[in-house]
Amino acid sequence: MNNVQNQKGTNKNLSLFFKSSFIVSFIIILISSLLLYFTFNFEIVPPILNRGIQPATFPKALLIIIISLTILIYLISIRKPWQIESKLTSTFYVTLISFIFFIIVSKFLDFFLGITTLSILVSYFWGEKRIIYLLLVGIIFPLIVFVFFETILGLRFPAGIITNLYYG
Amino acid sequence: MENLGLIFAPLFSYKLLLVLFFGTVFGLILGVLPGLGPTTGGALILPFTMTLDPLSAIVLLTAIYCAGTYGGAITAILINTPGTPAAAATCLDGYPLAQKGEAGRALGMATVSSVIGGIVSVMVLIFFAPLLANLAYEFGQPEYFALAIFGLTMLASIGEGSPIKNLIAGAFGILISTVGKDFMTSIDRFTFGINELTEGIGFIPVVVGLFAISEMLTQSTLINQIFNRVALKAVKLPSIDDYKKTWKTIIRSSGIGSFIGVLPAEGGTVASLIGYAEAKRWSKKPEEFGKGSIEGIAGAEAANNAATGGAMVPTLALGIPGSATTAVILTGLIIHGVRPGPDLFREQPEFLYGIFGSMLIANVLFFVLGFFGAKIFARITLVPNKLLWPMIFAVSVCGTYSLNQSIIDVWLMLLFGVIGFFMRRYGFSVVPVIIGLILGELVEGTLRQSLVIFDGNWLMFLQRPIALTFFVLSLIALSFPLIKRKKKNDKV
Repeated sequence: MNNVQNQKGTNKNLSLFFKSSFIVSFIIILISSLLLYFTFNFEIVPPILNRGIQPATFPKALLIIIISLTILIYLISIRKPWQIESKLTSTFYVTLISFIFFIIVSKFLDFFLGITTLSILVSYFWGEKRIIYLLLVGIIFPLIVFVFFETILGLRFPAGIITNLYYG
Repeated sequence: MENLGLIFAPLFSYKLLLVLFFGTVFGLILGVLPGLGPTTGGALILPFTMTLDPLSAIVLLTAIYCAGTYGGAITAILINTPGTPAAAATCLDGYPLAQKGEAGRALGMATVSSVIGGIVSVMVLIFFAPLLANLAYEFGQPEYFALAIFGLTMLASIGEGSPIKNLIAGAFGILISTVGKDFMTSIDRFTFGINELTEGIGFIPVVVGLFAISEMLTQSTLINQIFNRVALKAVKLPSIDDYKKTWKTIIRSSGIGSFIGVLPAEGGTVASLIGYAEAKRWSKKPEEFGKGSIEGIAGAEAANNAATGGAMVPTLALGIPGSATTAVILTGLIIHGVRPGPDLFREQPEFLYGIFGSMLIANVLFFVLGFFGAKIFARITLVPNKLLWPMIFAVSVCGTYSLNQSIIDVWLMLLFGVIGFFMRRYGFSVVPVIIGLILGELVEGTLRQSLVIFDGNWLMFLQRPIALTFFVLSLIALSFPLIKRKKKNDKV
């Protein structure tokens, strides 16, 4: 829907490198080209095992289709520029950073602690300052979810400083 | 047809009725909450279905699907924000009518037209799914390949947004399905030395990431948004005058919705927009549309709920999902060891007719719950995002982890959440990714097996009449947006 735009509110006047259509197309083509390069390193199977086509052929074809179509949407965007997106808010970046915190904490300390950290961070920076509610979303709710998954589904969560205490 | 009696079997099972009730309530809650919906909810509840038998699991998912699609209308009418994308067209007339002090009348019409649309579509499902399944006996590998390609091109053609972007998203979905060991030769592809990736990328991390986590990121940019809620006293059944005004619209939209639902696309969303546009085109008072027209609400709501049954037709008969939520249901079928397709109709009719019957009952249940409980469900929207989304995150993380007990799945979920956020920001729909991921193995597998049959001769595809028909239809589907644009330009 964003590519069908009126002249007003579009990024037609921006220089090439700052246009979202250019940046998005560039990133897609860059990643696809990189993946395309990797497909050349896939093992080649001998003809007797080869069922129809080589294992690399199908992904190669897909990546070429993606690159071609991306070039096409970029060319179309020259005539019909995309709308300028509203700037990303600070809460977006905080949420994104919370994800990184979650990964670090759950990998090196504890999975449950990771969820707790993210829940409290997100809730706090989205505007919740009341301690009782922060405890509710940060500790009580994840604990209920943990126990629920553990008892109903018999799930065993990854080991960590808090999870080990739970499992004794 | 001799199996029709099996439709009523769920009525005699207290366990299925309980599952249906829970699924309908849960679906309504998901539908009411903007940003969530039956697709995300279905994906999150999928691990829990492992504790149920296959029929109960699928009944739960279909009840969530039916009720969730309707639930979006409650928020659309009361706070002018569609609870699900399928309810976007309902906002256009639902909210203006609510602002005039007729929220109860608007919700009453939305409830009745949703139920009629839903029931009509289940009838379509009961009638057409076995026919399509019978036809599928004629299908070999080349036909399935052509059909999958047709599905993907339809998705690009009539899906929401730019067709080219939809195609890119679909191709991306298929590309994700190639990660892991090649299922024919066991050669590693895109695994980058990570052992966990040799099994491929699971469906759940991708769906939860693209829907729930990307929505969480979207909500993080909207925390200062203020909703103007319209007060609701009680839901009112439509008056005789309202029925007279809308019965033709409801029937027309039910037909449109069922037809659109069968085509692999964003089912309800597209159906409701077309249903709304057609209601306006045929209306005696088109000038009232956008200002609180009761026909507008009926047109959109009958169509989006009618798409639910329609979308189940190719899912059950061919194993090709008709929408993102049916892709979740299809995954549910597969993880419970049920293989959709013609054999399912022959070997397990009680299972299939149990699903059909449950969908009918789900429609009746959400009518009762919607009629008497809309006021309570509407209060759920009062839960602030700053509390709601951290909770959804906790459930998403545990739900994603639970299926394979793999931490890599959680990282992938976050990665796809970020990808999904930027995709949506720049106008790429995430639904084709899901459909592409589901169809990926089918597309590649059938292509390679066809080439073995054809001894590598691609032109042999054209000698298969059914496959050729699907290819021609794919070309028509691809050229459809161009024709539409040309017509629009000619009009201007």
